Amino acid sequence: MEWVVFIPAAALALAGGVGVVVARQPVHSAIALLVVLVALAVTYLLLAAQFIAALQVIIYAGAIVVLFLFVIMLLHARSGEGPVPKLPRQPVAAAIVAALYLAVLLVAVLDASAPFPPPPEGFGEARQIGAALFAGFLLPFQLAAIILLVGIVTAVILGRRPEGEEER
Amino acid sequence: MVPSFAYLALSAALFTLGAMGVLVRRSALIIFMSVELMLNSVNLAFVTFARMHQSIEGQVVVFFVLVVTAVEVVVGLALIVDIFRSRESVDVDDVDLLRG
Amino acid sequence: MNDVVIRVGWPLMLVWPLVGWLANGLLGGRLPRTASGIIASGVAGASFATALLVASAYRGVAAADAAVSFPIPLFDWLGAGRLTVEASLLVDPLALVMALVVGGVGFLIHVYSIGYMADDPHPSRYFAYLNLFVFAMLLLVSAGNLLLLFVGWELVGLCSYLLIGYWFDRPAAAAAGRKAFVVNRIGDAAFLLGVFLLFVALGTLDILEIREGVATLSGAERRLAALLLFAGATGKSAQLPLHIWLPDAMEGPTPVSALIHAATMVTAGVFVIARLDRLFLTAPEALVVVAMVGALTAFFAATVALRQHDLKRVLAYSTISQLGYMFVGMGVAAPSAAIFHLVSHAFFKALLFLAAGSVMHAMHEVIDMRRLGGLARPLRQTAGGFVIGALALAGVPPFAGFFSKDLILEHAFAFGLRTGNYLPYALGLVTAAVTAVYITRAVLLTFSGPPAEPGARPHEAPPVMLWPMAALAVLSVTGGLLGASVAGAPLLRFLDGLLGLVESGAEAAPHPPAGLLLGLSVAAALAGMLVGWRAHRGRRDPVLGRVGVFLEQRWYIDALYDRAIVAPGHTLARWLAGPFDLGVIDGAVNLVGRGLGALGGQARRLQTGYARQYALGVLIGTVLILGYWMLRW
Repeated sequence: MEWVVFIPAAALALAGGVGVVVARQPVHSAIALLVVLVALAVTYLLLAAQFIAALQVIIYAGAIVVLFLFVIMLLHARSGEGPVPKLPRQPVAAAIVAALYLAVLLVAVLDASAPFPPPPEGFGEARQIGAALFAGFLLPFQLAAIILLVGIVTAVILGRRPEGEEER
Repeated sequence: MVPSFAYLALSAALFTLGAMGVLVRRSALIIFMSVELMLNSVNLAFVTFARMHQSIEGQVVVFFVLVVTAVEVVVGLALIVDIFRSRESVDVDDVDLLRG
Repeated sequence: MNDVVIRVGWPLMLVWPLVGWLANGLLGGRLPRTASGIIASGVAGASFATALLVASAYRGVAAADAAVSFPIPLFDWLGAGRLTVEASLLVDPLALVMALVVGGVGFLIHVYSIGYMADDPHPSRYFAYLNLFVFAMLLLVSAGNLLLLFVGWELVGLCSYLLIGYWFDRPAAAAAGRKAFVVNRIGDAAFLLGVFLLFVALGTLDILEIREGVATLSGAERRLAALLLFAGATGKSAQLPLHIWLPDAMEGPTPVSALIHAATMVTAGVFVIARLDRLFLTAPEALVVVAMVGALTAFFAATVALRQHDLKRVLAYSTISQLGYMFVGMGVAAPSAAIFHLVSHAFFKALLFLAAGSVMHAMHEVIDMRRLGGLARPLRQTAGGFVIGALALAGVPPFAGFFSKDLILEHAFAFGLRTGNYLPYALGLVTAAVTAVYITRAVLLTFSGPPAEPGARPHEAPPVMLWPMAALAVLSVTGGLLGASVAGAPLLRFLDGLLGLVESGAEAAPHPPAGLLLGLSVAAALAGMLVGWRAHRGRRDPVLGRVGVFLEQRWYIDALYDRAIVAPGHTLARWLAGPFDLGVIDGAVNLVGRGLGALGGQARRLQTGYARQYALGVLIGTVLILGYWMLRW
């Protein structure tokens, strides 16, 4: 029964991933990324992580991808790549190393695999994650707030026009 | 019942795809999206392990990854815009001031 | 009451010159030019007065002739394991006599310097050094342990260096200062080793404890310690073979020569042997070495003085020679006699130097006797002072030098009776005659006959320079009474309580024929003066053929040192500075630098600046680490 959901989701995720990497236009990459994110949200549901799945759709798909699209539109035509590749042997070398990496990773993953036990009552619900966040992870949770603040300040400073520069 | 290996293999494949993207593409934006891909594959692994070990901490970590990712995207995109302003390009090979 | 005077006065005596040194050294530039000399003389005089007070208080405390030692602990100075050193002073007859000589002669020379240095642009620097020297010398003689004594010993050497090189813009003066410092350092190293040896053997540096502990030492330890300390004394007191610095030291201002290189610093070696007399008197083999070195030095230096043309150099060799007498006195186990000679020598040699300084002052720095002459008339007082000093030096009765020198010769003869070794006495007697010859020559060449350069218009020194000379002249005439048996020999009785022989083998020995010896001494002095008069009358100066050249070249000892030590040292230094430093040391440094540079040149090619290549490197590393893990399972 689960296979019926998993196989399309996995296939979509893989296809989206390939799309991200090979698309000529950044916009197409962004769309492909969106596909991956939604497909992964589906697999999260299969893994009893309803809350995470919801976050995935809201934050990733809703906020981050939109931010990407904004920037792509801001930079419009020149958001792509320059005409002349400077490292001609990089793709081949990268493919070889990546293949080796995948092989090693699959061996490691096979080693780590174990059958799923039945999930406990209420596993992955917002209530449980919230309880964990405000009990054992209180300090990291507060730090996360600070990191967000720092990110905002950084973005504001970086985005500011240098002094004296004319509005274009 | 889908075995855990299927999820983990999917995660590994996505991670490798993302790495390929980082290594091969020259557009800073696409490299960035490839990084997002890698982060998501790791999230998938975390969620899988949380289910496998019946421990909610795996999902909590995913929550934190989400937070960090959000910040990283904001800062990273700001940097890209800044670089674009000074160089009229987002090709990472144009940015080689570290050349020895 | 007397006790308090001693305990307060003795440290206070040290404080005075220290205050003067600080005042002149720190405020010197802001003081009026004339103030420096007055301050310096004032503190030196105060120091002398304090020493006099302490001395009279001491006479009040100590019973007639018994020697009492007052240790005055000041504070705990060093503590390290077994070594604990207290900064302590010591009051006893020897220290008192030395302090009075240093303070008194020092004060007179300070006053003289006011006149002598009147034209100097920076008198405050000069007087600061002079005060520091007086402090150092007083510290040396009043120290209660060997380490504090060594501090004074080194400070004295430092001041000597500073004052010899006072006119540091003259290359000869700078070189002479260096030479004095280096040669002294050789002796100081031996001295320090001797101190270490005593500490290792006895576990203490306190002089009183060492005096008590000497008896527990083995014969070999005593011999070695005595010889090491004596080696240090030969450096400071300019004895063979470390005498070479003293003649060159005449490059300094003449009052400095009078104070440091005649009256005080060079006597430090004699003083140290007297200070540790128990050690030396119980090491007869070392004593023989002391006596022989002293006698040889006395003879050597006196002969060299025969053929020097620089008046101050004649006096310098004369000083070396007279110091040789003092070591003979120590060596023949008569420390009181040696100290007596030290005192009388301080009087008449300071007088001679001050008179020579007055000549230089009058003749505008000319000191070569070939260019002097006929100065008796224009410089009446100076000439009178110089002649009195010369008579005292030659040992003519009743001047001071006669009594002290004769006493040493008498003891040297007694030493011959005891041991069969008459060499110290014989050399001493011959030296007495030679001394009379060279000082007669100096007097005649400088003051008699027609002037060598009639154009010069010499003028007598100002009163501020003449009065100290007058005081020293009086002391040179009457100083002999301190040790003359007709006057009861107060100095000798004062010292004998402290410095007497431990095991009195001397009394058992046959008594020397004192009358005969006295006659011989007087005869030697008069014969020497007669020879000098015959040879140099009318400012003639026979060259004495090849012997004269040999003497003029100072027995070729300086030349030998130049060839054997200085020249190879220069060659070695040049080689070290040139080929070795540039080639080996710099070469090694450069090799390391160039090698790393080349390595970096290769390594920088890894830094392409392409972030994607770095990322590939990261991934390769990840694959390797993960693969290694997989394989380990």
